[in-house]
Amino acid sequence: MNLTLKIWRQKNAEAKGSFETYQMNNVSPEMAFLEMLDALNKRLVEEDREPVAFDHDCREGICGSCGMYINGHPHGPIPAITTCHLSMRYFKDGETIWIEPWRAKPFPVIKDLIVDRSAFDKIQVAGGFISVNTGSAPEANAIRIPKKDSDSAFDAAVCIGCGACVAACKNASAMLFVSAKISQFALQPQGRAEARDRVRAMVTEMDKLGFGSCSNTGACEAECPKQIKLTNIARLNREFYKAF
Amino acid sequence: MGKLDSKIPDGPLAQKWTRFKATTKLVNPANKKKLEVIIVGTGISGAGAASALGEQGYNVKIFCYQDSPRRAHSVAAQGGINATKNYQNDNDSTYRLFYDMIKGGDYRAREANVYRAAEVSNQVIDHFTALGVPFARDYGGTLDTRSFGGVQVSRTFYAKGQTGQQCLLGTYSSLNRQIKKGSVTIFPRREMLDIVVIDGKARGIITRNLITGEIERHSAHAVVLATGGYGTIYYLSTLAVNSNPSAAWKAHKKGAFFANPSFIQIHPTSVPQLNEFQSKLTLMSESLRNDGRIWVPKTKGDKRHANDIPEEDRDYYLERRYPAFGNLVPRDVASRAAKERCDAGYGVGETGLAVNLDFRDAIKKQGKKAIEGKYGNLFDMYRNITGIDPYTQPMRIYPAGHYTMGGLWVDYELMTTVPGLYSIGESNFSDHGANRLGASSLMQAAGDGYFILPNTINNYLSDEIRTAKISTDKPEFEEAEKSVRERLDRLMSIKGKQNAGSFHKRLGKIMWDHCGMSRNEAGLKEALKLIAELKEEFWKDLNVPGTQNEVNQELEKAGRVADLFELAELLVNDALNRKESCGAHFREEFQTPDGEALRNDEEFTYVAAWEFAGEGKAPILHKEELKFEEVEMKVRSYK
Repeated sequence: MNLTLKIWRQKNAEAKGSFETYQMNNVSPEMAFLEMLDALNKRLVEEDREPVAFDHDCREGICGSCGMYINGHPHGPIPAITTCHLSMRYFKDGETIWIEPWRAKPFPVIKDLIVDRSAFDKIQVAGGFISVNTGSAPEANAIRIPKKDSDSAFDAAVCIGCGACVAACKNASAMLFVSAKISQFALQPQGRAEARDRVRAMVTEMDKLGFGSCSNTGACEAECPKQIKLTNIARLNREFYKAF
Repeated sequence: MGKLDSKIPDGPLAQKWTRFKATTKLVNPANKKKLEVIIVGTGISGAGAASALGEQGYNVKIFCYQDSPRRAHSVAAQGGINATKNYQNDNDSTYRLFYDMIKGGDYRAREANVYRAAEVSNQVIDHFTALGVPFARDYGGTLDTRSFGGVQVSRTFYAKGQTGQQCLLGTYSSLNRQIKKGSVTIFPRREMLDIVVIDGKARGIITRNLITGEIERHSAHAVVLATGGYGTIYYLSTLAVNSNPSAAWKAHKKGAFFANPSFIQIHPTSVPQLNEFQSKLTLMSESLRNDGRIWVPKTKGDKRHANDIPEEDRDYYLERRYPAFGNLVPRDVASRAAKERCDAGYGVGETGLAVNLDFRDAIKKQGKKAIEGKYGNLFDMYRNITGIDPYTQPMRIYPAGHYTMGGLWVDYELMTTVPGLYSIGESNFSDHGANRLGASSLMQAAGDGYFILPNTINNYLSDEIRTAKISTDKPEFEEAEKSVRERLDRLMSIKGKQNAGSFHKRLGKIMWDHCGMSRNEAGLKEALKLIAELKEEFWKDLNVPGTQNEVNQELEKAGRVADLFELAELLVNDALNRKESCGAHFREEFQTPDGEALRNDEEFTYVAAWEFAGEGKAPILHKEELKFEEVEMKVRSYK
């Protein structure tokens, strides 16, 4: 199929960016979206033009590196997948595809479609851990955890830190991201000892970094490639309330 | 040969590690504060080591090329992590895991290291659980396990099909705790481009800041490489597309021996290649073989839909050939058996390069819900990629390059042949012999990182307590930086026509065709010729647009591909040298009448450790003879 791509190009953080138009012909519906961009970049290099910069790595939906706005949706129009898992069979011949970086103040653009998501790491550094030194852990089965709680903790823990929730939110809120880590630890007894300090530290850091407030719109949940539930935000609020 | 001292402690196998810990030299806490350690790579081994060393009080600097340490490729491990807890009361023990790994590795691993890996496996599970890793649990609230290939016990702990992600994020959290404490400093988006050796000791690294292009010098009292494997040598593999062996290769060129480079595991269950633009192959966890049955039609070219082929027309070839282990034979055996069927014309799908992995019987017996609970995310992933629903028809799978058992040669203390330079996790060669058993890579990475290196590195650093902070103004840093800059300039100045990825793809095909699942002398010699030609073309016709002083992903890729050419040559030479079949290394000239690998213990019971002899010179082979004192060497049979 033949496609028209409108891609955001921006030389660096300081430069002013703009959309550029590229014609892509003979795209196979079996290609992955990023492979289509690989093909574009191959052509650009052969024409001695600068290829489009974008973050990507595992290409199997688990590392959280890739992420771009595609036709108005983080990771594209198909729910519950990352950009690297988006197949070209979801697009139509003759279609125009708009490709943009995450747009959120705490995620400044580095180049083209690459943004700086180090704010996420800073929130995790503030308190996203259980303080246990190597070698001091009790026997694993000494801690019994009801399967239901353990499964819920897992469901929250599958967050890949891609930033789609922030990009989707009109307030650029990081509540879904923070609530996933808070929930993972709050639902397991190992995490309870530091629960109060953790939630205070992570929320404080989140606010300091300029993420917006949550207004319960639910765009984050709708766009999350790992289907992290909004109920985690309710749990975060409850944990935060209990921490004072 | 005199150059290789594996430093295995004396005493009975089961007491070696305990004795080592009891007698090794230590560094007191006050002195630890004065010592710096560089770690390259933030996967489970690297971030685990950084956490443990930070907890002990060392000053750690850790580097990764990704934007965040949480994205290291440990994240993609799926099926599980082994430990000898014996929670199932099924006769598991340290000895049994050790035995399984030695046998699984086809008697080409070092006994003492393997035993230790098994020995620390339980501590790893305890630690991850304490860190809040949500492993699967039983209804009673205790930890659940499942079986993996090549073993007859159930010792694999798991978190659905995302065990690697959960273990890595647990490790990332312990790393973050040390970053907050200030004992660890993180340098993301940095690529290591050289090792600095001063007076014979590793003292630092040269990195490129991938945002600004700045070339940076970092010094330390010791350097640890936790940089993963080199499976991307095949271009299409289950690895992350940016995974690369460049750090290990630079270390090799600075004196670290490279061991058994041709031992590369081909994973039997990956989604087959769908189109020519494909950039990677997605793994479908080995755990699927617990419930999925592998088969091809009994008749060549049977074009019926898989669901329309009745039981009597199906060949469950693994169950037929290996009744004792069935679908759970080790990876090398399963991969070769799939290749054998496809080469003989029984493969399925449009290309004929695929076999069926069928869950029909398991769903009938256990119900769809139970199967969904165990493999839900893998089934979703498969459907996303292929558009086929594995709940209603078989998956199609084919082998793909996956894990490298080979790597930097290390002694018992995980030190390479360069004093002060360590290698942990997949980047070393140490624990898996010629074939790795499933769920033992997470185990080894976490064992090396959290429990082994932090106990062995003191032995070296205890002699460094009088060494002041290493200055980065020393001539060795100057020189290393200069050579890094020269090489970047050279890559930028070729100004040819092709991008680095095109060369990588062509190199990958040469390696897959001639040095993949099966190898022969003529093919390997042909490969050497083809690699040399392609390498020459690369240095004449590469194009890297843009400049060095900005984000330049083409430049990053070009540097890695340039290194891959050199490693590819060493790999093929190693495969040529090893005139036997063992584990994943299958030389067609050496097989039994029924097509099984035929070892030559008399001549090849050794680790091939290669020394870099200079550009354009043949590498020098050093042999570490392997002694099997505990385990009797047998023909590896899963029948």
